Amino acid sequence: MSSSSTSIMDNLFQRSLEDLIKGFRLQLLGESNFISRALEEIRREIKSTDLSTKSTALHKLSYLAALHGVDMSWAAFHAVEVVSSSRFQHKRIGYQAITQSFNDQTSVLLLITNQVRKDLNSANEYEVSLALECLSRIGTHDLARDLTPEVFTLLGSSKSFVKKKAIGVVLRVFEKYHDAVKVCFKRLVENLESSDPQILSAVVGVFCELATKDPQSCLPLAPEFYKVLVDSRNNWVLIKVLKIFAKLASIEPRLGKKVAEPICEHMRRTVAKSLVFECVRTVVSSLSDNEAAVKLVVAKIREFLVEDDPNLKYLGLNALSIVAPKHLWAVLENKEVVVKAMSDEDPNVKLEALHLLMAMVNEDNVSEISRILMNYALKSDPLFCNEIIFSVLSACSRNAYEIIVDFDWYVSLLGEMARIPHCQRGEEIEHQLIDIGMRVRDARPQLVRVSWALLIDPALLGNLFLHPILSAAAWVSGEYVEFSKNPYETVEALLQPRTGLLPPSIRAVYIHSAFKVLIFCLGSYFSSQETTSSALAQESSSGSSSMNAFTHGSILNLVNVIERDLGPLSGSHDVEVQERAKNVLGYISMIKQEIAEKLNLQDNETESFGVAAFMEDVFSEEFGPVSATAQEKVCVPDGLELKENLGDLKEICGEFLKPMESNSVSYTDKISFSVSKVRIRDQQEASSSSSPPHEASSLLAEHRKRHGMYYLPSQKDDLHSDGTSSDYPLANELANEISQDPFNPKRKPSQSKPRPVVVKLDDGDKSRITPQAKINIQTATEDESLSLAIQSALLVKNKGKEKDRYEGNPYSGQQEKEESSRIEHHQKSENKKKKKKKKNGESSKHKSRRQNEIASASEQVLIPDFLL
Amino acid sequence: MIKAVMMMNTQGKPRLAKFYDYMPVEKQQELIRGVFSVLCSRPENVSNFLEIESLFGPDSRLVYKHYATLYFVLVFDGSENELAMLDLIQVLVETLDKCFSNVCELDIVFNYSKMHAVLDEIVFGGQVLETSSAEVMKAVEEISKLEAASNSISLVPKSVSGWRGR
Repeated sequence: MSSSSTSIMDNLFQRSLEDLIKGFRLQLLGESNFISRALEEIRREIKSTDLSTKSTALHKLSYLAALHGVDMSWAAFHAVEVVSSSRFQHKRIGYQAITQSFNDQTSVLLLITNQVRKDLNSANEYEVSLALECLSRIGTHDLARDLTPEVFTLLGSSKSFVKKKAIGVVLRVFEKYHDAVKVCFKRLVENLESSDPQILSAVVGVFCELATKDPQSCLPLAPEFYKVLVDSRNNWVLIKVLKIFAKLASIEPRLGKKVAEPICEHMRRTVAKSLVFECVRTVVSSLSDNEAAVKLVVAKIREFLVEDDPNLKYLGLNALSIVAPKHLWAVLENKEVVVKAMSDEDPNVKLEALHLLMAMVNEDNVSEISRILMNYALKSDPLFCNEIIFSVLSACSRNAYEIIVDFDWYVSLLGEMARIPHCQRGEEIEHQLIDIGMRVRDARPQLVRVSWALLIDPALLGNLFLHPILSAAAWVSGEYVEFSKNPYETVEALLQPRTGLLPPSIRAVYIHSAFKVLIFCLGSYFSSQETTSSALAQESSSGSSSMNAFTHGSILNLVNVIERDLGPLSGSHDVEVQERAKNVLGYISMIKQEIAEKLNLQDNETESFGVAAFMEDVFSEEFGPVSATAQEKVCVPDGLELKENLGDLKEICGEFLKPMESNSVSYTDKISFSVSKVRIRDQQEASSSSSPPHEASSLLAEHRKRHGMYYLPSQKDDLHSDGTSSDYPLANELANEISQDPFNPKRKPSQSKPRPVVVKLDDGDKSRITPQAKINIQTATEDESLSLAIQSALLVKNKGKEKDRYEGNPYSGQQEKEESSRIEHHQKSENKKKKKKKKNGESSKHKSRRQNEIASASEQVLIPDFLL
Repeated sequence: MIKAVMMMNTQGKPRLAKFYDYMPVEKQQELIRGVFSVLCSRPENVSNFLEIESLFGPDSRLVYKHYATLYFVLVFDGSENELAMLDLIQVLVETLDKCFSNVCELDIVFNYSKMHAVLDEIVFGGQVLETSSAEVMKAVEEISKLEAASNSISLVPKSVSGWRGR
């Protein structure tokens, strides 16, 4: 086709949708080019005054919008023009364009009301159908309000083709315009007794949606639904009725007993898997207290599980996981199938099986199930492998490691996870390694062993996803170095050349951990020197067997190794790495001289000893888990002005800093430490290490006396009677004090309890907000008026019905007759009501409605009793 | 409620897409692409369900069926039964088969309008209203007749409603 198409050609030889599609398939221009050319054409054609040309252009545009993502909102007015055509073909194109592109914000929406009304009143049922479809898709409050009378009329149509669609549209009309309930509800309910399966299916579908939104308002209709449940043999209808009962039974437990039998009957009778599954789902989700029904259901689930059809297998597993929380035996009975499903080729089935396995986990089988899962993780694809790892991690850590008894085993498992090739859950493992270290004292030796194995594994350093785990391992081997078999090797591992592969932040952790190890080694060396020199042959305290291993030579060697490995890092471009490396090197330079000269190390006054003891104290403070809400719990003491200028603080500080500065002349290069030193010294003294100067603590005590209001409250004496106390309550201690947790795991004898003590915070461990609940509340208020409308409509209806039922029940044989008279009766009363409504003014209508609403509350409870 | 109906070929080209809640076209295209990227990675002979809550929000499920070069996809919420939805795809395909006698991808490509006519008879505003392919065929044929008639007697358009029987 030539590139210059003229306007004459547009009108005479307009390309139809078919031509457009053919053009696409030829792809002469490339897709985006072709679309923009076609759009140009459409823009021109759609302005034509000829409705044929216009509608064809609109048709093409809808096609492009639906399948190629072309915007068509600009053509909204043209759609309105086309829909007003009297020709069916145009009308259909117009309605299609409107349903496809209009929304509440479309401004020309106001223009279609009359056209839709006209088409709803059309004698042609297919035009009516188009208008109904349109209303059901884009109906707004205004449209629904204006067209309610037409919908009401159509609900009484004799043609089921129209009637079923009118029933379908009611859902949208109710949702947008609640007052329509008063007009249409009765006719809707009447259709529950329809013998036409199409109509019944449509109306049950509408009630299913209404019951999903608000089960309470549909509860009074339970007898009608029950009748459908018992009588109908149409699977589509039964599925929807089951869905309704699942909702109703959740708010009215007595209903469950009543419907259980018919549901079981359907399950025994039907061959349709969809219906069986719906029965199964209804029982497991809403009737799980009914033992007999559950038994039958579990048998049916088992049938599903052994089927070859992967869909049934999947749904069977799905149903099992719904039933699992209440009837775990059902899962345990099918354990083999579940385990087998783990190796299914279908990812859905595998995932469902995994969830079920995790549901079975308890403290007795956790190691067995974890072992199975780890084997699966090793041979699974990366996605599923990580799903497995995540499931195990979250199941085991649930509620502060509730199900873990043997922490040595669990820590080893964490180490194993790091070695699974596809493992990408490094951060979670990192968190748990550190968390266990802080919470579970007895797990620390094993933790150090596992960390050590991780640190020396050269393969792990190259894996980006494992870096967080290595970071945790490094931290653990530094923090709990006292459990290390060979601190010297730990340092070597921490400073191995391949650590260059790590990101700087983690490298900094490595360096800092090496520093901690060095301090520990020096400390043990000095203290062993001390004990030997004072000629006390007593063995040093338990758990420090490695302590005695340090000789002068090994310490010197260690210092040299660290100095050699960190030397190059002092020039690192990363500030964190550089600073840490320089800190360590600076420290080494302070002590090295004396160590190398092998001075009399027994002398407590030597600088290196002082520095070592000082640093040891820095690191000796134990970390504990900190509650996420710890900060909030610190109540502001009376009279503490947080927002006031702290100008006078300098005076206060200067007062007590002065003597310290003069005192620390020997540490000439450490003046900046002085503030922290005060604190450290104080601790040092409290922990009764040897004989540090008393002046700092006395000064501090004095200061506290004078400026007590600046101190946080502390009751440390009550809680920590066993040493390591300090005048400053540390953040984590504070948190525990305030959460009133008897946080005192430190000296608890481990043999008294089989499971090691796990520090647990009262809350803080999980501070989950549930945003879903909030949303629910919002939607609830939105639906409220709809449910009120339904309830009041039901009240009116039931007043008539109660009488009927009273007459009808004793003569069950005559029921059909009664039924039909009831419908007539309703129709009459409906008409009466309608007339009355028209006469009555708005004000009285509102008043009566409100009364109904109030009355309906007591009525609701009464109605289902007929059934029970 | 049914949230969306899609048909796409095995190369990911959409052949029919209908969303029952309003959605901007960009979002529609994104969803179609998202669904296809999951579909095409699935092996044969596995279950016909997909986890798609990440795409369509909470309480949304998806079933699909793979026929020759086409995927038929239904997205729906908790008020529908998964197996019934699979049956519904079957109904849809059977109806198309009757419509075009041995339906193939090309029929679906070139009969965009008729495809919608079929689908609209089965699913009405997100609700399943018809599951008998005979009934659907009857309505679709009636609609085709009406369209043809409105074309041929374009000079006397008013006569359409009178002409139509029943």
